[in-house]
Formats: sequence, C-alpha cells, structure tokens
Amino acid sequence: MDARTQEFVEYVQSGGQVEATDWMPDEYRARLIKFIEMHANSELMGVLPERDWILRAPTLQRKLALTAKIQDEVGHAQLIYRVVEDLGKPRQACLDDLVSGRSKFHNVFHYPTRTWGDVGVIAWLVDAAAIISQKALLRCSYAPYARIMKKICWEESFHILHGRDVVLALVTGTQEQFELVQEALNRWWEPLMHFHGTPIPADEDPMLFWRIKSQANEDARQQFLDGYVPQIRELGLEIPDPALRKDEETGRWLYTEPDWERLRAVITGHGPASAERLAFRRLSREDVAWVERVILAEAA
Amino acid sequence: MRRVFEVFRQERKGQPLQHAGSIVAPDERFAELYAREQYGRRQESAALWLVPREAVLEIGDFPDEFDLKYRRVDGYSIRERLREARERASSARSASAGAG
Ligand SMILES: [Fe+2]
Ligand SMILES: [Fe+2]
Repeated sequence: MDARTQEFVEYVQSGGQVEATDWMPDEYRARLIKFIEMHANSELMGVLPERDWILRAPTLQRKLALTAKIQDEVGHAQLIYRVVEDLGKPRQACLDDLVSGRSKFHNVFHYPTRTWGDVGVIAWLVDAAAIISQKALLRCSYAPYARIMKKICWEESFHILHGRDVVLALVTGTQEQFELVQEALNRWWEPLMHFHGTPIPADEDPMLFWRIKSQANEDARQQFLDGYVPQIRELGLEIPDPALRKDEETGRWLYTEPDWERLRAVITGHGPASAERLAFRRLSREDVAWVERVILAEAA
Repeated sequence: MRRVFEVFRQERKGQPLQHAGSIVAPDERFAELYAREQYGRRQESAALWLVPREAVLEIGDFPDEFDLKYRRVDGYSIRERLREARERASSARSASAGAG
C-alpha cells in the first residue's frame, strides 16, 4: 500500500468522510460502486414482488399505501443510481449489468409473493431488516451516499408502519387470516435470516476496513432479532426455528445455522423467482426505451 | 445532452438549504420535474435549489501560511498568563496586609 492510500485508510478509519470530488484509491472506488450499485438494483427489483399485489390489494386505502411505498422504492433506486453515476459508472451500464445478470440484487427479492400475508411480512420485516443496514450506512465513509441515506431512512419508517398495520389487521381477523400471516412468516424466515449476509468476522470484512459499512453482518442480524423476535411473538405468531433463543449470559441470539449455500445460489440468480423478475425488468426496459429517446431528442 | 444539477433542500422555512444529492436531466424543465418528484413529493421540503454542477465554484483548501491564529479563539493561550496574574495579585494582597 502506497503512502497516499495509507493516509486515506487512516483518515476513513478515524471517521473521516470522502466527497465525490476528493481523491480516492481505485480499490475504494471499485468497492463503493459494486456495493452501492447492488443497493440501487435491490430497490429497483424490490418493487416487483409488491407490484404483483397492487391490483389485488383488499381495500382502496391499502392499494394507495402500497402504491406509495412502491413509488418510494423506485425513488430510492433513482437517488442511489445517481451516487453510482458520480463514482463513474453510468446508469445505463448499471441497468445493462442488472438485466444480463452480471450484477446482483438482494436475496429477499428473488422470492415470489404468494398471498396478501406476504405483502405485510415484506413491508414489516424485510423493510425492518433493510432499515437496520441503511441506518448503519448513515455513517458511511462516502459522504454523498450517507446523505442520501438520511432521506431514505425517513421514508422507510412509513413502510414498516404500513407493513405492521397490514399484519395487525390480519392477526386480529379470522383464523384463516391469521394463518395467512403465519404461513407467510414460515416461508420468509430463512430469507430474513440470510438478509444480513454470512457472519464474516469484522476484521476480515473489506467493507468494514474501508468504513463503507460500519456494522458487522452478524451484529446487524442480532439487532434485527433483538428488535423483532419479541414483536413477532407477542402477536401469537410462531417463528419456524425451534433453536431460536436469546442466551441470557452473552445477550446474543442463538439460532439454527441458515443454509448459506442456498443464499449464495439465490443471489447469483438461482432463486425461485430470479429468472422471472429479470425477464420482467428486461421487458419493461425495452418498453420504455422510447421515452428516453424522445426526452433527449426534445431537449437537444 | 444530459446535465447534472446539484440539489439543495430546505426542510423547514428559516432553516439553511443543505446539499441533498443530485439529479441528471436533459434541461431545466425536466430538472424541475425530477426534483419535485424525488425530493418534494411527500411535502418533505420547504424549498429546493437546483444548481447546474458546472456553476458551482468549489474552494476546498484553506492554507494558513502566515499562521494567522490571532484571529481565532484557539490563537490565544491565556491559562498560563492568567495563573501568573492571579499569583501576583494574591502575593501583592498579602504583602500589603503584612505592611498594615
Ligand atoms: Fe427502499
Ligand atoms: Fe422500503
């Protein structure tokens, strides 16, 4: 490592923040692009599972709330792709890589949404898991990304509330409605446990080294369990992991080791809905290509 | 043509406009449209400033070659002098008390 890079590392490791126009090592830039691009991809792909339920929402009010949430998530994608563009990768290149499978998006968006119960579980628990990661990114060493995260976290809090309200309506409804949530939770638990990634030790995680992330994967998962296991259980719902319990001595949650091989398979495009989602994104991209052509031609 | 516009956002009237992010748009009309959509659709902003990036004149370094510390509070170390002044004052007081 040369002296300039060494100085940069010390700067970010002591809490220093970097602006778009500042000098940065190539490796730092490359890691930022890859990480932030995956975040943007996830916001964009994340609307597809929920989109399936706009037309099937049970009431007009739910339809409007779900549409507003989806609009927010697309907005997040817009904001975050801008950050990637400033780092040197154009949006068109990001979208090309996304639809061709060269870049990734979050594991939870590779699964189908079977019932309205899924919509509640996603908005409540998937968004809760996401907000834990995103809150930690408020301290990211790359300042433009950290600033964007402020606005995003503010909007995410409405998503969680909307999801919790959907779940509460179902668990206080008929037996059939209650079971809808329980069944959705059974299917979503493993993806939720996968969400924060493999428990890679903090001192081996390059994302922590560069202070792109400020929280180790396992710490994020523990924070999620701490916050949400009690909230899930108080509704009478059962978490499908008999080994799940909090070790009173260490204060850490113990759980059945998730299948990390499956996580790897899912995020490399072999999830149950991966191919369908990418095909849809490809299709809609071709569908709206003319809009960009018209706008650019008109402004020229 | 695609231009970058820096977005400055004011959360409530009376507060400073702070840099919030940027947008890319072919012209000012689209820039306004995108900014309203991305930074104002939830009534989260009292005002937005859109500034073409090339219009921003950045100054990022402030060298202090002449060591002009006397213009700042950290340019003064009064602790030592204050201690000495207090000591002198108290010994002067005890000297005059002895004389009386
Ligand atoms: Fe989001
Ligand atoms: Fe969200």
